[in-house]
Amino acid sequence: MKNKYSIYSLIKNAFSHHENWQRAWRDPEPKKEYDTIIIGGGGHGLATAYYLAKKHNIKNIAVVEKGWIGGGNTGRNTTIIRSNYLWDASAGLYDHALKIWEGLSQELNYNIMFSQRGVMNLAHNLQDVRDLKRRTHANRLNGIDAVWLNTEEVKKFCPIINTSSNIRYPVLGGTLQKRAGTARHDAVAWGYARAADTMGVDIIQNCEVKGIKRNGDQVEGIETTKGYIKSKKIGVVAAGHSSVIANMAGIRLPLESKPLQALVSEPVKPIIDTVVMSNAVHAYVSQSDKGELVIGAGTDAYISYTQKGSHDVAEGTLKAILELYPIFSRMKMLRQWGGIVDICPDASPIISKTNIKGLYFNCGWGTGGFKATPGSGDLFAYTIANDEPHKLNAAFNLNRFVSGDLVDEHGAAAVAH
Amino acid sequence: MKKNLRIANTKFIDQTSRISFKFNGKTLYGFKGDSLASALLANNIHLVARSFKYHRPRGIMTCGSEEPNAIVQIGNDPSLTDPNVRATEIEIYEGLEATSQNCWPSVNFDIGGINNFISPLLPAGFYYKTFMWPASFWEKYEYFIRHSAGLGKAPKKPDPDLYDHQYAHCDVLVVGGGISGIISAKLSATKGLDTILIDDKNFLGGSTIYQENSSYKINDINSNKWLNKEIESLRDYPNLIIKNRTSLAAFHGYNYLLARENLTDHLSYNEKKDRIRQRLWKIRSKKVIIATGSIERPLIFSNNDRPGIILCSSIKKYIDYYGVKTGENISLFTNNDSAYETALSLNKSGIKINAIVDIRKYSESSIVKEVLNLGVNILWESTIVETHGYKRIKSFEVMKLSKDGNSVVGSKSKYITDCLGISGGWTPMVHLFTQSGGKLKFKNDDNIFVPDENKTPSDQTSVGSCNGDFKLNEIIGNTVENLKVFLDLNKTCYDDMKVICPDEKTKRNIWLLPSDKPLYKTKPFLDFQNDSTAKDVKLALREGFKSIEHVKRYTTTGMGTDQGKLSNMHALGIIADTTGTNMGELGTTTFRPPYTPLSFGTIVGRNVGEFFDHTRRTAIHDWHIENKAEFENVGQWKRPWYFPKNGETMHQAVQRESKAARDSAGILDASTLGKIDIQGTDASEFLNRVYTNSWSKLAIGKCRYGLMLNEDGMVYDDGVTTRVGDNHYIMTTTTGGASNVLSKLEDYLQTEWTELDVYLTTVTDQYSTISICGPNSKNIIQKLIPDLDLSDKNFPHMSFKNSKIFNVKCRIMRISFTGEHSYEINIQSNYAKDLWKKSIDIGREYNITPYGTETMHLLRAEKGFIITGQDTDGTLTPSDLQMDWIIGKKKYDFIGKRSLYRSDTIREDRKQLVGLLTDDPKEVLEEGAQLVENINNKPVEMLGHVTSSYFSPNLNKSIALAIVKSGKKMKGKKLIVPMENKNISVTITDTVFYDKENKRLNA
Amino acid sequence: MFLINCPYCGERDQTEFSCGGEAHLERPKQPTELSDDQWAEYLFMRKNIKGIQYERWNHTHGCRKWFNIVRDTSNDKIHAVYKIGEKPPVKI
Repeated sequence: MKNKYSIYSLIKNAFSHHENWQRAWRDPEPKKEYDTIIIGGGGHGLATAYYLAKKHNIKNIAVVEKGWIGGGNTGRNTTIIRSNYLWDASAGLYDHALKIWEGLSQELNYNIMFSQRGVMNLAHNLQDVRDLKRRTHANRLNGIDAVWLNTEEVKKFCPIINTSSNIRYPVLGGTLQKRAGTARHDAVAWGYARAADTMGVDIIQNCEVKGIKRNGDQVEGIETTKGYIKSKKIGVVAAGHSSVIANMAGIRLPLESKPLQALVSEPVKPIIDTVVMSNAVHAYVSQSDKGELVIGAGTDAYISYTQKGSHDVAEGTLKAILELYPIFSRMKMLRQWGGIVDICPDASPIISKTNIKGLYFNCGWGTGGFKATPGSGDLFAYTIANDEPHKLNAAFNLNRFVSGDLVDEHGAAAVAH
Repeated sequence: MKKNLRIANTKFIDQTSRISFKFNGKTLYGFKGDSLASALLANNIHLVARSFKYHRPRGIMTCGSEEPNAIVQIGNDPSLTDPNVRATEIEIYEGLEATSQNCWPSVNFDIGGINNFISPLLPAGFYYKTFMWPASFWEKYEYFIRHSAGLGKAPKKPDPDLYDHQYAHCDVLVVGGGISGIISAKLSATKGLDTILIDDKNFLGGSTIYQENSSYKINDINSNKWLNKEIESLRDYPNLIIKNRTSLAAFHGYNYLLARENLTDHLSYNEKKDRIRQRLWKIRSKKVIIATGSIERPLIFSNNDRPGIILCSSIKKYIDYYGVKTGENISLFTNNDSAYETALSLNKSGIKINAIVDIRKYSESSIVKEVLNLGVNILWESTIVETHGYKRIKSFEVMKLSKDGNSVVGSKSKYITDCLGISGGWTPMVHLFTQSGGKLKFKNDDNIFVPDENKTPSDQTSVGSCNGDFKLNEIIGNTVENLKVFLDLNKTCYDDMKVICPDEKTKRNIWLLPSDKPLYKTKPFLDFQNDSTAKDVKLALREGFKSIEHVKRYTTTGMGTDQGKLSNMHALGIIADTTGTNMGELGTTTFRPPYTPLSFGTIVGRNVGEFFDHTRRTAIHDWHIENKAEFENVGQWKRPWYFPKNGETMHQAVQRESKAARDSAGILDASTLGKIDIQGTDASEFLNRVYTNSWSKLAIGKCRYGLMLNEDGMVYDDGVTTRVGDNHYIMTTTTGGASNVLSKLEDYLQTEWTELDVYLTTVTDQYSTISICGPNSKNIIQKLIPDLDLSDKNFPHMSFKNSKIFNVKCRIMRISFTGEHSYEINIQSNYAKDLWKKSIDIGREYNITPYGTETMHLLRAEKGFIITGQDTDGTLTPSDLQMDWIIGKKKYDFIGKRSLYRSDTIREDRKQLVGLLTDDPKEVLEEGAQLVENINNKPVEMLGHVTSSYFSPNLNKSIALAIVKSGKKMKGKKLIVPMENKNISVTITDTVFYDKENKRLNA
Repeated sequence: MFLINCPYCGERDQTEFSCGGEAHLERPKQPTELSDDQWAEYLFMRKNIKGIQYERWNHTHGCRKWFNIVRDTSNDKIHAVYKIGEKPPVKI
């Protein structure tokens, strides 16, 4: 059992000069066989392992990670959390996650700094207004706390937005979800890792999967850089590299992997106290607790695994930022990076069984996976443990691409988020 | 205490031109050429800032872009203030105002300093472990965390400054104007290559240029004199562009580089005015030579962060370049020979050197001997175990190092000092190299990462100390040898150089220096700005954070505004030592662009305000402006939305316009609709494949409405296409869809149906479209074109005529989006405004009324015509829109056909387009509102939503279109539109509300 | 921002082009003969390769011609450019 984190443990450990803190997680060598293996040690993968252990009583679990945990999109995203999605299926999924977020620090005993500072989505043309109102009405009926704001209310909620009517694309209003906000991305991976490790999950870092072994239609195990590991159940949560794993298993997925860029400014004193997203001009921004403006840019329009992204995308984003916030012109970009996101044709994720027994995929989160982390982990764990989807992720199966029952969230996800 | 810390003139600072500036409200003086840091030091000001976490007093530590501490707010004008400016980088100018950041009430007395005393409670990652109780309090805790974090203050008003972009293409780009960069630029220019040399300073020559030391000779003259001559000689090359004050920000693939040129930051407010502040150079260079040099490392020991503790090479630059003494009783602490150069410079300027503490056993090099000969007290094999002095270093304590360097031995001695120089060796600046995709290798001798020549992307090379060459003779020799290969040179002017320089033979490196106290009682800072210490790194490792990226994120080491230029190597070293790993295996964290922070304004350049995006205006736009139109943005187009008269509201204007169009005549500028000219012998077959309906039998001179799908079967675009000749069609698309439709059609034509003989040309801008509708439209057209036979027989609905208006050729389509008798005139755009005006003049007797998009939408909704994008959302098939009639079932194939027969696209209970009437005819529904059957069911099942909704003046009631689950079967059924404050009762109807028999088309 | 050597215009900045995804996915000649699964395979399923990929590009802001390139998606290096209808280079 791990020591509980609290102000008291902090004071107690201060007296022993912080020499006695336990490891947050072990660093085990892989066993020969596991009941379930999760490929991918990001937030989603670690959460899946945690819920498998906690809710489904599966103890012999490994998470294999080719690099370091939380090193992919978990540690590269702009940490926006919201659930104001249009379709019932999406709203159900993301609000399930949001409800878990609300108690996650306490559940994991790890301060993931979930800060419900609200997320505003702006409308810049008449169709935006229609679409956002449609979403707000749907949200309200789905029990999601989204409201419509007119331009004055937008300005009141975030005074630094340029709401002047003579800019190129004036703000015609927006929606606000107050329960939405941000969380500390690294802490999410670390908190889940620590909690999963406590329950006996083996987190194996620097262990790259090189092959998936099948016996007919049943998975048998994985070849890794740390040797062969047997398991009859394998959950793949490899984000941008999902197709790479899928190719090893001999299946194809409806995914394209593209670099999504983000950047931060130098830290300044509090200047923006909420999250503002604008699909039409392609910009979204929030301010971290450290004071950096956290800005999400778009994806490159071609497949690439380079984790870089091209300059014109970042330039285009900052252009939009200055259109909405001309006071940011003298702010300085401190760091710019990219992550590889796997995008589905309908901009909705896949949490699904496959045609291969014991092989499950959780992928296709595109530009917005972080916000779903706890919900995605919970539902994927359910799907793996029961070999059938939970009702909240039933719509996100692979078969929808065959039957045509897509969950088209392009309206909600036209811009990276 | 007023002291004169200036020594006699140096040739770099003009001591005749005095400049006044303010620091924390106090007026001070410096000279032209001073950096803010050198000017402050000359005024004996060391305490300039407070640290991020513990609010410890901090001073100026370096003289360049690696400065972690001395960052200040410049200016206090709310639109021009700049946060987080490094005092070491900004040049002073008349009127400059700088203020310390992150302190309250002042840098001298900062309440936040209390954090320093509770620092045992604030180890790395403490916030992950606490602030969790009570759960609802996090946002309250966070409020205080947020307000104590941050550094400077963002401007409060828009930036009035201008920023520029410039593209440059060259053969060779040389980054860095130190000695290796100068040699590279000259060799490149001599070969006749178009060369650009950039350097971030306001002078060329790097550190060699003020290296006034007889131990360094090139061809028998002092190295600085030799280099000065070389710089002079660069002027002779017309093919060489030199850019000072230009710093390279990013090195992307394919040798695409971004550099920021600073044009006015060093000028006084008057001089700055109306000039471009910064220019972003976007450079494509065939070859890139990186000559970015190296920066000196600090040493990591207890309380190594006090004001007055400065890198040795910076002390030397302050004295040799700026002529500023950083102290009067200076001591040095080093692990290498470079501190001895500082000692010689200090001695030459008459400054007392208290002691030199050197962790090495001894050094044989000539420069050390020179210092020894001066009688300086050198404490060999010793280390500083503690320093004292709160706002400025006052003293330090020294002990002997054990043989293995892991501990200290013997007795402690105390030294008084007012400035301590530290030197922990040199770190090559490999940022740009790695940004470009290069891989590093670790050199154990020097404990440095250098470019791996086997893993260097082609078309670039690194020279000088950024490549790991530190000795003058090696820098010159290796640079020249390297460039002979890289630039394909035979003989060079640098082939027989005679270079004399000291030779450092003894090396010793200890990443974390030992102390007599246990580690927990010391404060050995690694990242000065973020206040992370060696203790934090070790704590992270104890807690299982193994990867360098984990340690960095957990401790925030290297995440300040200096991006770890000073701290990263030591963090790596301590991790390697603690875990027993080789540093080479550990690797580095990723160096991310930009190299130094880059303002958003510079990145964006001129693309702000009205240049944020292209604005497309129709040829008739000016008339709309003159007639007070309100505009709607549709894509990049500005479209008249409605034309209010005499203070009308939008509602009033739209009602009037809609009524007039049906009662007599309306006129619409429809120029923004996409128009594609389609020609070729297979044009008909092509249309068969792209539209759902059949085109083969469309007669010449006839028009037909078409629906285009995506390959996934969902409605994508629609419009009327006219057959103007045997092999010639004009297709219209929606305004927003025009360019995507063209691209899509070109794609199929070029890649899938290469056998088709079809040519596509966009003519959207070439032709303007004026639509005249209403019962009197025929009369108006007749007056415009008296000799055209407008009889239904000659010119029926859905047909077209070539004609002439006032001798200008035009195409006239009799088609209708309003349900009225209606004509669309397509005319060459330069005649469009004239034709529009004439139409209005001629139509005046019929009360011709210009109308905008809102009225157009209303009129078409009365007729149940869809607008793709408004009534569709990419999830609806033609059948969902109750448009099964438009699917050419006999056609073998068309885009999207196969998708219409998938198990979920043939379901009967899909959402389908219907009409809605409110029980209260005055109640206008909100577009986007949802439809439910039973509001009391939880969760509420949403059946669909309102896509279009208007008050129809022609029917005198509210009408709406909606998509509803199983809507086709629900005609007559009552549903509820649940609003926040009320439930609106509606009845599902047919989609056509007005003139169901289409009588008006021929009226 | 890599450079693409358009077979019609020569070397240009990538921002002038747009990518059309995986190449050599020929539109089925008889879509109606396909099962839902087979049609979905054409419509949505992609190799999404990390490494050498054959893909379609269009010189949108230039000649507007479509052509194919062979690009390594792990480092954006372009190995070959060839016109529509031409055989892909076998050896990379």
